[in-house]
Amino acid sequence: MNRLTVETRTLGVLRWVTIAFLLLITVFPFYYMVMLSFVSIEDLQQNPGRLFIPLKDLTVETYRLVLADPEKVEGGQNFTLFLRNSTIVAGVATAITMVVSILGAYAVARLSFRGRREVSLLFLGVYLFPAIVLAIPLVVLFSKIGLAGSLIGLVIVYIVQTVPISIHMLRNYFETIPLSVEDAAEVDGAKRLTTLRKITMPLAMPSIMSTALFVFMIAWNEFLFALLFLAAQPERWTVSLGLSQLANGIEVPKTVLMAGSVILTVPIVVLYAIAERWLTEGLTGGAEKG
Amino acid sequence: MRSAKQRRVDREGWSMVAPTVLVVVVVVVIPVLWNVLIAFQDLGYLEIRETSVFRNLTLDNFREVFGAEGFWRTLLTTVIYSVSATVGSIVLGLVAALALRRTFPGRGVVRAAMLLPYVAPVVAVAFVWQMMLNPQYGIANSLGTRFLGWDAPIDFLGRSPHALITVIAFEIWRYFPFAFMFIVARLQAVPKDIEEAAIVDGATPLQSFRRVLLPQLLSVMGLLAVLRVIMTFNKFDDVYLLTGGAAGTEVAAVRVYDYLTGRFDAGGAAAQSLVLSAVMVGFLFLYMWFLKRQGANQ
Repeated sequence: MNRLTVETRTLGVLRWVTIAFLLLITVFPFYYMVMLSFVSIEDLQQNPGRLFIPLKDLTVETYRLVLADPEKVEGGQNFTLFLRNSTIVAGVATAITMVVSILGAYAVARLSFRGRREVSLLFLGVYLFPAIVLAIPLVVLFSKIGLAGSLIGLVIVYIVQTVPISIHMLRNYFETIPLSVEDAAEVDGAKRLTTLRKITMPLAMPSIMSTALFVFMIAWNEFLFALLFLAAQPERWTVSLGLSQLANGIEVPKTVLMAGSVILTVPIVVLYAIAERWLTEGLTGGAEKG
Repeated sequence: MRSAKQRRVDREGWSMVAPTVLVVVVVVVIPVLWNVLIAFQDLGYLEIRETSVFRNLTLDNFREVFGAEGFWRTLLTTVIYSVSATVGSIVLGLVAALALRRTFPGRGVVRAAMLLPYVAPVVAVAFVWQMMLNPQYGIANSLGTRFLGWDAPIDFLGRSPHALITVIAFEIWRYFPFAFMFIVARLQAVPKDIEEAAIVDGATPLQSFRRVLLPQLLSVMGLLAVLRVIMTFNKFDDVYLLTGGAAGTEVAAVRVYDYLTGRFDAGGAAAQSLVLSAVMVGFLFLYMWFLKRQGANQ
């Protein structure tokens, strides 16, 4: 047994142990979330250590309650309304961010205009800028102009927070499209925007879609600004904000809120499953250059 | 004289980035500059609506901020939190990337699963952690007292020092996928022939990792370290949702939030956030310098 064999064998075993451990820590919390969303709180308190729930104890009452309108159902938590708010805010922010950042990314990737480096640096600065520092003046500013309690204010903040990362992802992709394809179009006298619309965008569609999904995810998951702007107005809560506000209290059964967590998480996991490959490529683009 | 063509490119380029630049200047640059002003004003949260941009300027906020004993404790907590979480997430990300390097049936699914903590909504996962760690009915304490011989349930999020360790663990769990992603991308670009040569020369796996792979990965790990430290240093959501900043977990961002909304002291909040920004800019310059030096050495 020399050192080479010992190491190779040990690492061979360790590798599988590591993979099992990683799968456990990444998947188990989500399994636990789903499991607890189908039991009553009394059940959980009586049997705290269960990892599997017998079929007879499963209930969908938690989901019925969390989605119900409190006006109509005793103990309803109004998540249907929160879902609507979240969808509107994340959807509108994504649409505007995409229009703005496709233009921006194309310009930064393709046009060597004066000040291009400074513009890129500005975007990087915004990306790295702490949200909490931005929060103070924005709360002051939005309170002054009456946007603080509105979904519009939230949409504006989300656009600013997502444009830099969106430009970064799209730019990486635009740079991989051969110039010759576009040059051929230029020669025909096509205008820049037409080239972008008819040639570059169709070629980049997969990456545009995955970037859009990522932007939607950020907006859907965002919590700090929703808390600062909308905490006082339950009818405008997003799903994230609604869940956190109710989780702090004691009056709502925790397993009902687990159903809320599942409702908050499922759309994101579905979108991620669709765009997973493109997403990792878009985010890490340029990293392999070291 | 710039050519007509260059002028046209300038015009086109600027008209395309104009919407973005405009939005960024209005919603980020101007408010940040204003934040500097607020830091030098005696401004309560409730007076916000009536305030004018240039009230009387004063240094009181900074005197109070630096004078408060809690500020320095918070800064120390924040440093411990961000450095531990950064190092932890990069190490775990590296381990994961190496473990999943060679292909096996189902690797694609496992890789996709690795990113779940990173993409899932923070409010949902923080709540699940609270439930898992709950002293009365959480799975962790139930298993611990039954199988690991714990005498009593541990209050993971409510007592010092467990609470800080737990929020650091949460941060590592949530962000190791980010490091994993970047390290995997970099690993794919490592030329095969150097490694093969090392194996032919009889290098053991650990030797070839240290001599061949690690040097190739250092730059991406440095980049990750800077990015994650900057992000974690100012992190608000995670600690606020898990502990609310109680039990020795008050980090800088949570303190700023408490000043703003709990004490109604916008000026004090702004002054503290300014100190944070200064620390951040320091980190960035350090990073730039580090990059420059690397460039000079190559």
